[in-house]
Amino acid sequence: MHPTLISIQIAAPEAVLTAGVLLTLMLGTFGGGDRALRWLTYVSVLILAIAGFALLDQPAGIQRGFDGLYVADAFSGYLKIIILIAAAASMLLALPYLKDVKTGRFEYPVLLMLATLGMCMMVSADDMLSLYIGLELTSLASYVLAAFHRGESRSAEAGLKYFVLGALASGILLYGITLVYGFTGTTGFAGIRDVLAGQQERSLGALIGLVFILSGLAFKISAVPFHMWVPDVYDGAPTPVAAFFSAAPKAAALGLMVRVLVQGFGPMSVDWQQIIVFLSLASMLLGATGAIGQTRVKRLLAYSSIANIGFALVGLAAASPQGIEALLFYISVYVTMTLGSFLVVLQLRRADGAPVELISDLSGLSKTRPALAWGLLIFMLSLAGIPPLLGFWPKFAVFQAAIAAGFLPLAVIGFIASVIAAFYYLRIIKVMFFDDPDVVVTSDGGRTNGAMIAGAALFCSPLGMLVMTPLVAAAGRAAAVLFLAGG
Amino acid sequence: MPILSIMILLPVFAALALVVLPGVDAPRARLVALVITLIEFVLGLLLWQGFDVAGPAFQFVEKLPLFAPYLDWHLGIDGIALMLILLSVFLMPLCILASWQSVEKRVPDYMAAFLVMESLMIGTFAARDIFLFYVFFEAGLIPMFLIIGIWGGARRIYASYKFFLYTLLGSVLMLVAMIYMVGEAGSTDIGVLSTHDFDVHAQIWLFLAFFASFAVKMPMWPVHTWLPDAHVEAPTAGSVILAGVLLKLGGYGFVRFSLPMFPDASAQLIWLVFGLSMVAVVYTSLVALVQNDMKKLIAYSSVAHMAFVTAGLFALNTQGIEGSLVMMLSHGLVSGALFLCVGIVYDRLHSREIARYGGLADTMPRYALLLLFFTMASVGLPATSGFVAEFLVLIGLYQTSTWATLIMTTGIILGAAYMLWMYRRIAFGAAAGDDTRAMPDLDWREIAILAPIAAAVLWMGIYPKTFQAPMRPAIATIVARLDGRALATLPTDMTLSPALPALASPAAAAEAQR
Repeated sequence: MHPTLISIQIAAPEAVLTAGVLLTLMLGTFGGGDRALRWLTYVSVLILAIAGFALLDQPAGIQRGFDGLYVADAFSGYLKIIILIAAAASMLLALPYLKDVKTGRFEYPVLLMLATLGMCMMVSADDMLSLYIGLELTSLASYVLAAFHRGESRSAEAGLKYFVLGALASGILLYGITLVYGFTGTTGFAGIRDVLAGQQERSLGALIGLVFILSGLAFKISAVPFHMWVPDVYDGAPTPVAAFFSAAPKAAALGLMVRVLVQGFGPMSVDWQQIIVFLSLASMLLGATGAIGQTRVKRLLAYSSIANIGFALVGLAAASPQGIEALLFYISVYVTMTLGSFLVVLQLRRADGAPVELISDLSGLSKTRPALAWGLLIFMLSLAGIPPLLGFWPKFAVFQAAIAAGFLPLAVIGFIASVIAAFYYLRIIKVMFFDDPDVVVTSDGGRTNGAMIAGAALFCSPLGMLVMTPLVAAAGRAAAVLFLAGG
Repeated sequence: MPILSIMILLPVFAALALVVLPGVDAPRARLVALVITLIEFVLGLLLWQGFDVAGPAFQFVEKLPLFAPYLDWHLGIDGIALMLILLSVFLMPLCILASWQSVEKRVPDYMAAFLVMESLMIGTFAARDIFLFYVFFEAGLIPMFLIIGIWGGARRIYASYKFFLYTLLGSVLMLVAMIYMVGEAGSTDIGVLSTHDFDVHAQIWLFLAFFASFAVKMPMWPVHTWLPDAHVEAPTAGSVILAGVLLKLGGYGFVRFSLPMFPDASAQLIWLVFGLSMVAVVYTSLVALVQNDMKKLIAYSSVAHMAFVTAGLFALNTQGIEGSLVMMLSHGLVSGALFLCVGIVYDRLHSREIARYGGLADTMPRYALLLLFFTMASVGLPATSGFVAEFLVLIGLYQTSTWATLIMTTGIILGAAYMLWMYRRIAFGAAAGDDTRAMPDLDWREIAILAPIAAAVLWMGIYPKTFQAPMRPAIATIVARLDGRALATLPTDMTLSPALPALASPAAAAEAQR
């Protein structure tokens, strides 16, 4: 078979998604326009499912395609499953919202699928160039999504802000890539690793390049100090888009970061570990303290996602298979928790039909909507990391890895940050359970969203501990493959 | 029969049913909760009956690798855990009964919260895996947070936050220490960790990390300030569980973790524990003396009693530890009963102000009698459980530090002062108003709540061996582990009575136990 065909076979999920994007775009343009949003969404979810099956169908082991630009292994497989599920959930959860606010345009699932394609490429990138292409594909689709409410100035502002800052970050990233290319003579991760490992003394140019690359990536995962866009974009963008931003792209960008650092810059681990420790400490502390004064739900969740990225980075700071395993475990649980929280918020409508945006709108929810209130209680306590909810265990795992790697102070500060963060998660619970209802809130979101909330809540509840063993084992296999190839 | 698992899971399932099932109204929820807690009590009695004092250290052991790789479902109890589980399941039906009429808001949720609480308490005492212990220990915060926050008094939100964040902050430091220990010893089994010899220098830090958690939970001075707030705002049954069982988690933690796992650090840091205990017993007793709020007064007296527990535990000998454990049981009963007594008059008058009462000995004679009994038990009158506990603690403490004993003893005197003065203001004199005078005496339900506790207090005071015997082998193991560790130098040379009969040395006592 022609090598390109073999490569396409290796990249089967991406091939399915590419074909799916083009197909749905055609269907939407010529087949019904915006009225087709609902069934186009279902078609898109189906295509994501097919991509998922293509993924599961792949043979085990490490396969490289496109002349080393692309790699499919257990690591990319694990993350792609998370990305596909999160993307499918993000498509479905938007339906009632888009219908209500009358911006139900058919491009929504198409753009989301395009972003998903980019994310799958990100986690499978084995070269700086495919990394950049994947990242940009995701980002460009995201910019459009952020501004999806064309008529609303806040949404347009969010899109513009995201675009300007994102473009700047991409530029910095690209500059870092050129520097690394200049000092190592290659853009492939394996090549960079070999050159760096062969060097007698550390190359200053490559180090500066590494710092630039990390800055660019830190923007994408919204780690402090590159987080400034997050609260504004989350708050301004339509809520389903914010839900999407908080889940799948974070998983993809974190996976990308892990692969670049562990596989590409493995020999320089001492250097990047310091940077990651700083990023993670700053994110945990700022995410925890920044959310305290917030009055809007989405801004609070934005800070929460910043803090969570900080916790996940603790696993990367450990730079050990155990740490990466913990990070992967963290991502899977985090994505569920954050999507679940957004789902609950999306379900709620104020009396005038507008979506709920203020924390005070939730007051007395446990009396008016007990099921949703209990669901949100589970997500909040899980995000706060209170055992026995599942959200505790990934935190536990990353700190265990950090302590094993000798980062004891990081673990202590991280746990203290989690106590500070617990304060604002408790505030939501307080508003829902202790306060009396003063705003009439109705819920509207259809059965699909209700089922998704129930599923996510069950997963985050103590029952989720029962699936912990297979989940962590899968994360462990995914992490091991990274170090196998690196060693 | 996996009796411990059943005891842990049954209330959770019942609670789920109460919250999830449609058509659960208040009377049904009360009945379900009462039946479940009574079943739990019977299961607890079965445990007691099946527990073989001469048998292996840990019995009813269950081990399932359900949550690999982080922890196992590993349960088992020794005599200490058995007694504390019994205390929990004994108090629980009484709490449900106490809330029978006083709670009218969201009854199914309330009962569910208490059932979950019960399951978590049993789990904490029965856990044999260090992280499983942590899970149960921490998870208890959630239902208690909801109990205080939803059904509490006026300042309930402040109190619930304070309770949650204080205890969480203490616990996360302990969690870091636990992760470190498991990394060192390579096992999450508490039994393995209890026999692992940690580096002496590391022990100090580990001890302090655990201390941060248990001292808050206990609570010890100066981190006790959450307790009066939580007690005052919590509903009556919440206070009973808080004082009766949750405070015991700190003492249990010291016995289960700090003493056997860090024996050198425990011996080195007794000055710290004694110092805090001595301050606590005098300071909180004086604070209790000036309280106008009955619940606050009892809350401060709890802190003082808990100071006895810590001082007794860190006497590091058989009498001291045994006394502390009896003190924990006794205080669980007595303070629980006192909070119930406060709750009874609060239900009638809706005030906790001592000044609003008076003359209850005339108007509510049955109530005044029972209150007198529990007041005396709290003071430590012979023939009540409080006496046995205080006496043993002081004997144990005397061997380690006479100075500490001297100061702790003043706590007993002060304790008598504030308790008796409170009793005088409530029960004697003239009634503060017509509404006070019009309060009806105890009905059958209230007597049914208080009488079993009174019986238990008398039993423990007259024949404490029933309760001590199962705990002795466990205590002997701990004392053997502590034996021969270098103690911190303390001013122990103040010999009040050189003729004091020489008590058996800890080692000999441990030997005698085998």
